[in-house]
Amino acid sequence: MALLLSAIIFAPTIGAILLLFFDRKAIEPMRYTALAVTVVTFLLSLGLLVPFDTAMPDIQPNGEGGIQAGIVVEWIPDWEIFYRLGYDGISLPLILLTSFISLLAMLASWNITKQVRGYLILFLLLETGMLGVFLALDFFLFYVFWEVMLLPMYFLIGIWGGPRKEYAAIKFFLYTLAGSILMLIAMLMFYFGSASYTPGGHPTFNLLQLGEIAREGGFDPGMQLAAFILLFIGFAIKIPTFPFHTWLPDAHVEAPTPISMILAGVLLKMGGYGIIRIAFPLCPHGAYVAAWALVAIGAFSIIYGAFAAMAQTDFKRLVAYSSVSHMGYVLVGIAVWQIHELGGTDYWQMGMMGAMFQMIAHGISSAGMFFMVGVVYDRVHHRDLNRFGGLAGLMPLYSGLAAGIFFAGLGLPGLCGFIGEVFVVLSAWNYSPALAIVAAGGVILTAGYILWTLQRVYLGAEYKGPHPEALTPMVGREIFVAGVLLVFAIVLGVFPFLMFDLMDASTAQLVQSLEQGYQAAEAKAADVAAVLKERLLR
Amino acid sequence: MSFSELIQSLLDDTTRSLAHFGPELWLCGTILALLLMRLFGWDRLVPPYIVATAGTLVGFGITYFDFLNLEAAGEAEHLFTGLLVYDRFTIFFRLFLTLFLVFVIALTVLTGIPDREDGPDFYTLLLGSVVGMMLMVSANHLLILFLGVEMASVPSYAMVGFLKGRRLSSEAALKFVVYGAGAAGVMLYGVSLLSGLLGTANLPEMAARLNLVVTGEAGMADATVRTIVLSLMLVFVGLAFKLSLVPFHFWCPDAFHGASAEVAGFLSVASKAAAFALLVRLAIAFLGQDPVAWAGVNLSLGIAVGVVAAVTATFGNLAAYAQSNMKRLLAYSTIAHAGYMLMAVAAMMIIRHGGAMAVFSEAEARSEAQRAIGGLLFYLWVYLFMNLGAFAIVAMIRNRIFSEEIDDYAGLVNQCPWLCVCMLLCLFSLVGMPPLGGFFGKWYIFASLFQAGKVHWSMWAVLGIAGLNTVFSLFYYVRVLKAMFIAPRPEGARRADIPWIEGAYAGILSLSVLALGCAPLLVNSVSRKAREVAGVLLIP
Repeated sequence: MALLLSAIIFAPTIGAILLLFFDRKAIEPMRYTALAVTVVTFLLSLGLLVPFDTAMPDIQPNGEGGIQAGIVVEWIPDWEIFYRLGYDGISLPLILLTSFISLLAMLASWNITKQVRGYLILFLLLETGMLGVFLALDFFLFYVFWEVMLLPMYFLIGIWGGPRKEYAAIKFFLYTLAGSILMLIAMLMFYFGSASYTPGGHPTFNLLQLGEIAREGGFDPGMQLAAFILLFIGFAIKIPTFPFHTWLPDAHVEAPTPISMILAGVLLKMGGYGIIRIAFPLCPHGAYVAAWALVAIGAFSIIYGAFAAMAQTDFKRLVAYSSVSHMGYVLVGIAVWQIHELGGTDYWQMGMMGAMFQMIAHGISSAGMFFMVGVVYDRVHHRDLNRFGGLAGLMPLYSGLAAGIFFAGLGLPGLCGFIGEVFVVLSAWNYSPALAIVAAGGVILTAGYILWTLQRVYLGAEYKGPHPEALTPMVGREIFVAGVLLVFAIVLGVFPFLMFDLMDASTAQLVQSLEQGYQAAEAKAADVAAVLKERLLR
Repeated sequence: MSFSELIQSLLDDTTRSLAHFGPELWLCGTILALLLMRLFGWDRLVPPYIVATAGTLVGFGITYFDFLNLEAAGEAEHLFTGLLVYDRFTIFFRLFLTLFLVFVIALTVLTGIPDREDGPDFYTLLLGSVVGMMLMVSANHLLILFLGVEMASVPSYAMVGFLKGRRLSSEAALKFVVYGAGAAGVMLYGVSLLSGLLGTANLPEMAARLNLVVTGEAGMADATVRTIVLSLMLVFVGLAFKLSLVPFHFWCPDAFHGASAEVAGFLSVASKAAAFALLVRLAIAFLGQDPVAWAGVNLSLGIAVGVVAAVTATFGNLAAYAQSNMKRLLAYSTIAHAGYMLMAVAAMMIIRHGGAMAVFSEAEARSEAQRAIGGLLFYLWVYLFMNLGAFAIVAMIRNRIFSEEIDDYAGLVNQCPWLCVCMLLCLFSLVGMPPLGGFFGKWYIFASLFQAGKVHWSMWAVLGIAGLNTVFSLFYYVRVLKAMFIAPRPEGARRADIPWIEGAYAGILSLSVLALGCAPLLVNSVSRKAREVAGVLLIP
């Protein structure tokens, strides 16, 4: 099992090293090798499903007696830094999504003709970084993988991107690095803060142990709030929510199609995952205090992203802003935390599951949308929405698939986008009807800009833009990528329990332990206040 | 004591001391050999670099042997009637300097600076400078402090101006000399004040007397104590010049720009390392004796050092933005890194103050201070590889395209992909990205700053500034990489074909950077060793 987890992370790296031995000219063999590596990685990650016990909320693989374990190898023992991996119902769907989207993005990479070897190597290194982030259970290791991902991404945008690639790449890099410095400081706070709560007084980076300390009311409320803000900004840059989103349109627009697919399909999910895995469990008190603000930011992002999308004339930019809007639902769903509500934390759990589902659904639909934009851009080399039209007549199959995927993004019932949004909005109603109405309003705006886009691009009498002769039907590879994405969008829309079954136990446990953590911290704060009051009275 | 007894004890002391003075003696012997070669014209028969390499390797071997028996070197031993001190710290830095010297000589051989004719002169200067630095790291006496600094500096002036006939080079050397002389004068003034006031120049004795002055009736307000603090600052100015801390950094970009990349690489690493060793020794000797009595001074000096460090890092990083010349850019990056490293010293001072103020327990304060210095030492090791790597690659590319302008690096990745990847590793390590060594260096220092912040909030501010600086610094390092990797190579630009041996050299350096960042056992054992070495200074 330990081998499997490491193999999932490092199979792409090994593939990248393998590619170094190819002749510079052997482009096709290199592509097929890289594709094979992503296929193998995907199959390996499917292997995680075999031993996974959906009834077991804890981190798997389990240690003796079902305790949370994962695998642990010493890395820098003097600093209590371990190579600690494991997965549970929260990370498993995202791991599967990552290896799946990587596979499809690799298939979409056939159009890359410049410096193919470098591209493939960086692509595979990026995959290592992404999988590492989702599998790491040591804060330090998480951070290392988080940063490892930046480097290939910078070059993938910077070398193979569009006209403003250099600007977009450095902007992406600077934003994320700024966020990770904040995370680094929060990491120091937890590391040194944990020493007084662990047996033996050793500080720790173990996310499970840190979460356990927080659950029992460790880390004083003030520190929790400070750390939460630092972590939240770090992750919010990645999600991205307003006002940290400005890197996203640039990066997404300038990146080549497959990298846009990965950016939207996987990288944005890391922000949400970081909040669920780190920011919330480690500072439940801080998270609760900030909950209303988070929901408000999320709801605002939904509306803001939708309006911004509506205003775009660049097809890809429109899709990019739709990501801002859709990821807003994730934030809302995570944060609808209400104490003392009727029926315990059921609604919150529902919101949390909705958020997780939304991440998966958005991973599929936005990757699909970017791919669809890429297909047409490859042919006519422009993305101006006002110069499209009539594609349905010229490329009927393409238009059909694209319509399906855009409807998935829109949130049409029966497709994957619907489930996440509806869960989030329902639970938000319980939290604050006003914000729920705002969030639901986003659905209408989304429908507005997506339908308008479909109208402008696919419908209409004829195509009047440049290169009309290039609008040839999709090739088999493209049909496969788009078809697979659409199939998954439908399958998840019709059978959402496929994902919910995986997540259910883990989210229930997470929600419960957060509740306990908040109450423990609150009780402790009350104790402190009582003591202070007594002293004052004396 | 009769005269013969005196002579006898002196003889005993000298023979005992000489046994621990092996590496320095070897280097001196090598210098002599080089000079004699020149005298008798043997340098036409044997290339001078062979002699220099051989001598350095033997020196390195002796140090390495000492290093293997590091545990055996228990208590600090005083050599030459207390002029030098021989302890683990000394051994550690001797190892650092001799290893670095081996790398630098190898680089000069590969890139052909100096030519055969100038070889003996150049290596004489190089080795002489390293001997001076080795004295600096083992100094136990203000006289040796001054001698060491000067002995390290004077050959550096000549090396900076070594490219004879180039205006830029001569100008750089002149600026360097003038600044250097000024700083040395100020430092000498401080040294004379200190030894005059305390009646001795031996560091431990001075520290003891200082302690008497402070804990005695005089108190902090006494004029003597104030003069002492002032003279400590004057000595600090001398070191700050060597460390190129703001506002004593003006020489650095000019000197690096005028000197050849090899010399600049040597100066940026070796003289920094030696000066930091000396600074740490001084700081601990003077401030460690009675932290309670010194509380006020410790705190305010610690904060002052922290502020200087923050300003230096910020200035270095901001000034590097505007540079178009690679060596100037690296010079400013050197200044910025001196700032980061100085933060470790500030953290150490504040943490020791925290020990006195009961923020930390005695044992905690010691182990945290040990971590701070250990972090600094680790940083220096990584810095050796990453900075020398960057300068070495600059030198190699210069030999092919005859330019050190960043714009002329455009599209080099198409011609020497491996060298560009090595550059990438070195520069990203300088930014501090995991999984490269530079990240761990920064991590250790940030962690110490965080701990020091518990004593005084200003260290948290310094930590915040250090974090911001990391983000700033990304921009200009990436600019170099952007030119190398993203920009197309202009038509008709000179080809840069790098022979495999030079590529291998760059590869070794950058792989070391990578290994210091992700090899599980290596990171741990190097940082543990560094902490262990730092520990010997902190034994009260």
